[in-house]
Amino acid sequence: MLRMLMVRLFQKKALLFSGAIILIMFVLVLFAPVLAPHDPNIIDIEHKLQAPSWDFPLGTDHLGRCILSRLIFGTRVSLGTAFLVMVVTMIISIFIGTYAGYKGGRIDYLFMRICDVLLAFPSLFLALALIGILGPGPLNLFLAMVLVQWVFYARIIRGMVLSVKEQNYILAAKVSGTPGPMIVIRHIFPVILSQVAVLFFMDIGGIILTISGLSFLGLGIQPPTAEWGAMINDSKQFFRSHPSLMMYPGLMILTIVMAFNLFGDTLRDALDVRQD
Amino acid sequence: MIWFIVKRLSMLIPILFGISLLTFLLIRLAPGDPAEAYLRLSHIPPTNQAIQEMNVKLGLDKPLIVQYVDWLGKVVRLDFGISYVSKQPVWDELMLYFPATLQLTITAVILTVCISVPIGIFSALYKGGMFDHLSRILSFVGASMPTFWLGFLFMYFFSIKLDLLPVVGRGSLAHLVLPSLTLAFAYISTYTRLLRTSMLENLHQPFVFYARVRGLQERVIIGRHVLKMALLPVVTAFGMTIGNMLTGAFIVESIFAWPGLGRFFVSALSHRDYPVVQSCILLMGVIFVVCNLLVDIAYGLLDPRIRWKGER
Repeated sequence: MLRMLMVRLFQKKALLFSGAIILIMFVLVLFAPVLAPHDPNIIDIEHKLQAPSWDFPLGTDHLGRCILSRLIFGTRVSLGTAFLVMVVTMIISIFIGTYAGYKGGRIDYLFMRICDVLLAFPSLFLALALIGILGPGPLNLFLAMVLVQWVFYARIIRGMVLSVKEQNYILAAKVSGTPGPMIVIRHIFPVILSQVAVLFFMDIGGIILTISGLSFLGLGIQPPTAEWGAMINDSKQFFRSHPSLMMYPGLMILTIVMAFNLFGDTLRDALDVRQD
Repeated sequence: MIWFIVKRLSMLIPILFGISLLTFLLIRLAPGDPAEAYLRLSHIPPTNQAIQEMNVKLGLDKPLIVQYVDWLGKVVRLDFGISYVSKQPVWDELMLYFPATLQLTITAVILTVCISVPIGIFSALYKGGMFDHLSRILSFVGASMPTFWLGFLFMYFFSIKLDLLPVVGRGSLAHLVLPSLTLAFAYISTYTRLLRTSMLENLHQPFVFYARVRGLQERVIIGRHVLKMALLPVVTAFGMTIGNMLTGAFIVESIFAWPGLGRFFVSALSHRDYPVVQSCILLMGVIFVVCNLLVDIAYGLLDPRIRWKGER
């Protein structure tokens, strides 16, 4: 009993702790212009590579830009892109996954064959190749990520719909003449949405990692936009003399990804009935 | 068992066909004209006439379906065309860079297995103890760590501060340590947790109870019976991992200046060297599919239930 209680308490604590970090990040996203001490893109070569001071709390980079301000504005880019990718992916996946799962038949067959081929590639590789072919940049990054990710989630959602579809209350709704779209919206969506939410939070950390990784390779968000992965790439050449330039953005990525992973894991455990 | 393998192999054909079609179409998404890219890379002024001649020479004037069939026919004979940049056969170039990537990936796989299997087993056996908590925290950090950043951290501490290992490049065994560890880190975390969960699930199965009743030594029960069952989901996950690791190797290669396929691929992307890009994509797809096939077969060997189902 005590042990279970401890576990529960820890989970709640974990949820609060990770939730707090995520909340702080969102405050940074919303109030970046107010909170940042400087404009993140003002170049001032005279003050390049400065040590931390009152004026520049974390110092300046190789172009004399305020690192703290760039980190703060970086939350907007990293979180914004990741959320956008994930939300659009989920909407597409829910739509297609539900349609394929509920309707079955030829559409479902076609969908599964598309899955076979698209999932035959490592997803990170396919994203890399797509951006490479389309050309680097934020829009193409977004397109490539969505195009690669949707299959994966659509297939999971299709599976969820398939298992819900056979439940008795769905059959009852069918027998009583409820039209198909109504069954999907009223009886299937509410069941799968909590699972989709868990998926969302469990995987968004990975999406943030992928986006910053691609930006690090110079394929995603382009300089001079303040993005954490691109900042690490920028500081590569000063890495021996000024290692701190690389530490801050990396720590930001690590913190936010850990917060999301912890949040997602705890949420999954909390919603998983089998745990009890 | 033979039938099981034959069945799996026959499922491979439509997927390989789909992969080739996707690869072929993907490259057509590229903005700009391949003929123009070729001319620019050859330092020939891209006049209209030159572009038209090049279109004929590269076979780009034919209908798409004819191009596809032509291309597929060549690919089957391992003729991937000529690189626009180096003017060498793409296959030769691939074989020049691929061993470096393979070496990196295989070392990372070995590291992953050698580190995560013991940690996973001990975490499961001493569940809730100090070791378990420590491994839990470590694997949590590991799973959230950006690979490219971790690479620089390793490089900074081990190569620059402590001066223990070479900074970049490929050559001695010492060169291999940091890149492969960087690549393996996230997977070590994942597999430690996966194996721990899977061990715990199997520790309370009836067959374990039965083995205890039979008076088998605990060491034998854990080592032979529980571990074998617990490894099943780990093996499945590995099929996915190999492909992702090869891609992860691309990022690691760019940090440590490792002369592998990743650097070759990224530079081909920036030069718009279409035959190289196309061949790399195809190669990755085929490797990934073959890895998954091997995993399926390994799964069949480990778990007779699956094998029998396949034969019926």
